[in-house]
Amino acid sequence: MSAADQTTGRGLGRRRLLRSGAVALAGAGAGWAGSAAARAADGAAPPAAADDVLTISPPDGAETVPYLGPHQAGVATPPQAHLVLLGLDLVDGTDTDDLRRLLRVVGDDAARLTQGEPALSDTEPELAPRPSRLTVTIGLGPRVVDELVPGDLTLAPLPSFSTDRFEEPWGQTDLALQLCADDPTTLAHARRMLLKDTASFATVRWVQTGFRSARGSQPDGTTMRNLMGQVDGTVNPAQADGDFADLVWADGPGAFAGGTVMVVRRIRSEMDTWDKVSRQGKELAVGRRLDTGAPLTGTAEHDEPDFDAVDDNGLKVIDAASHIARARSDDPAERFLRRGYNYQVHRDDGTDDAGLVFTVFCADAERQFVPVQRRLAQQDRLNEWITTIGSAVYAVPPGVASTDDAPGLALLEES
Amino acid sequence: MRTTTLRGRAALAVTALSLTVLLGACGTDDTTAVADTSDTSEASADSAAEATADQASSLSVEDPWVKTAESGMTAAFGTLVNTGDTDVTVVSATTEASAMTELHETVDADGSMSMQQVEGGFVVPAGGELVLEPGGNHLMMMDVVEPVEAGADVAFTLTLDDGSTLDFTASGRDFSGADEEYADGSDSDMGGMDMDDDMDMGAGEDSTEAP
Ligand code: HEM
Ligand SMILES: [Cu+2]
Repeated sequence: MSAADQTTGRGLGRRRLLRSGAVALAGAGAGWAGSAAARAADGAAPPAAADDVLTISPPDGAETVPYLGPHQAGVATPPQAHLVLLGLDLVDGTDTDDLRRLLRVVGDDAARLTQGEPALSDTEPELAPRPSRLTVTIGLGPRVVDELVPGDLTLAPLPSFSTDRFEEPWGQTDLALQLCADDPTTLAHARRMLLKDTASFATVRWVQTGFRSARGSQPDGTTMRNLMGQVDGTVNPAQADGDFADLVWADGPGAFAGGTVMVVRRIRSEMDTWDKVSRQGKELAVGRRLDTGAPLTGTAEHDEPDFDAVDDNGLKVIDAASHIARARSDDPAERFLRRGYNYQVHRDDGTDDAGLVFTVFCADAERQFVPVQRRLAQQDRLNEWITTIGSAVYAVPPGVASTDDAPGLALLEES
Repeated sequence: MRTTTLRGRAALAVTALSLTVLLGACGTDDTTAVADTSDTSEASADSAAEATADQASSLSVEDPWVKTAESGMTAAFGTLVNTGDTDVTVVSATTEASAMTELHETVDADGSMSMQQVEGGFVVPAGGELVLEPGGNHLMMMDVVEPVEAGADVAFTLTLDDGSTLDFTASGRDFSGADEEYADGSDSDMGGMDMDDDMDMGAGEDSTEAP
């Protein structure tokens, strides 16, 4: 070792480097593809990264998510690192034909941009070729479903919950465009192109940006952490599960088959008061450990929580009022896909506002989401440190089989 | 945004980049052209078809779009692709949406870009393509009579020098990037049209300053 390497910091860094080098060599021959395949084979449960070895595959900006298919992308798609959620209001006097034209334009550019092609009238085509798994998901709000979509589709606004503390501007809009990608530059470009497309049809009410860990900073499939430090998303329907389709994809009515409902709740984490809670108190509030995300009755993240276990004093190990105890329903139909993102923005008062753009996808929000949210509003230890400041719900039409079509057009043909 | 110099520079950059795009696209389309040669020779075996539809049958328009406009002037863009083994010349274009439509090119006259009718039409090389884009060649709609709306289809007909015709529909797009905003009364001299020297559309105050 050289003298420089013997300083603690450098030495440690060097050792880590050598170890991860060894890991890379172990997979030699197959190279990065080999290590990626190894992880893929592990499926839903990626190897818990030993704390001194990190296998990082280079993020591939050329990677695309198919645009065509029975469902819109960006729902079952493994969450990309970044979110831009656009809440749009149609201009006064918009009719079904206007909406049709809007969907055509947005659908057409979504088809191009997600596949790494420039938008039709792209002013910065150089920003298009690294789609980084870009997806564009189009959602229609209750007013649009009500007034502009013929046929039997209905979409009720969410009821109010006792914990709602809504702030402007995070309410219901006519349309939502959910843009997700692993690269924020890609996302910024797509956002700009799509907002140009919608400019003559709609105004922007809000933009909700969000993030997870950078792609490649940990093995793909690692459950995200939210800004409260928790492992968030452990118990979540996975595509491999037999009931995923039933939980997420609507079977109608009519041309809505293959669609889904997106619920967006903007939930602030009260970080200043959260900071004052002991580690034990934090774990009690959720019912899971902060380090591994394991239930307080288990040792590994995916261990099944034992809601009946009691400690020496006869007290429940997982408190009945904890977040996971309250969020789990006895009715297996009251489940949904959580696909949220962290947010952090700076406020005019000089403080940060952080939390979750809590996004849910389910076939039927009233049947699946509302009962759970209602129960959490009634009681949930976590409520002391979270505040719901925005809420919206959207009907997400099914995907399309051809780029001549666009999501939602089929709904407008129905009479 | 309001500095003429800056915008002028941006415009030049766009032109340079378009060239790159054109070259890049040519590379990929060559394969298509080669693959399609057999089709073309098959077609030419039928001499009757040759006279009426031959040129049009080897020409297509990819990704056509029109800049939206309520009235006045606007332009249509896209990529003309010739899969045949002879050059194809587009001699005119028509659309119901405009009382008059011209084939325009954009030229750099002493550092200021202006557009004019292209002499001899648009030549699409055999097995190649010609890009119509803001700041470059375009189908100039001189007098919009049916408003062009975003997302709406606008039907065009191209007439080729053998008399054959090609129909296509272009999608309306809001666009404020380059080109296609012209000074008032500029439709006067020599059939050519001066546009803003910075090639930027939009700001009305610029239009009134243009020659
Ligand atoms: C800022 C707000 C929230 C935070 C920080 C949060 C955090 C967590 C954490 C750490 C877990 C445990 C790990 C996991 O399974 O994901 C969890 C589970 C869960 N959360 Fe939340 N959550 C929030 C809001 C909500 C809301 C609004 C709902 C639904 C209305 C919800 C529904 C659930 C469900 C269904 C589970 C899985 C419960 C089970 O184990 O069956 N969460 N949440
Ligand atoms: Cu012109």
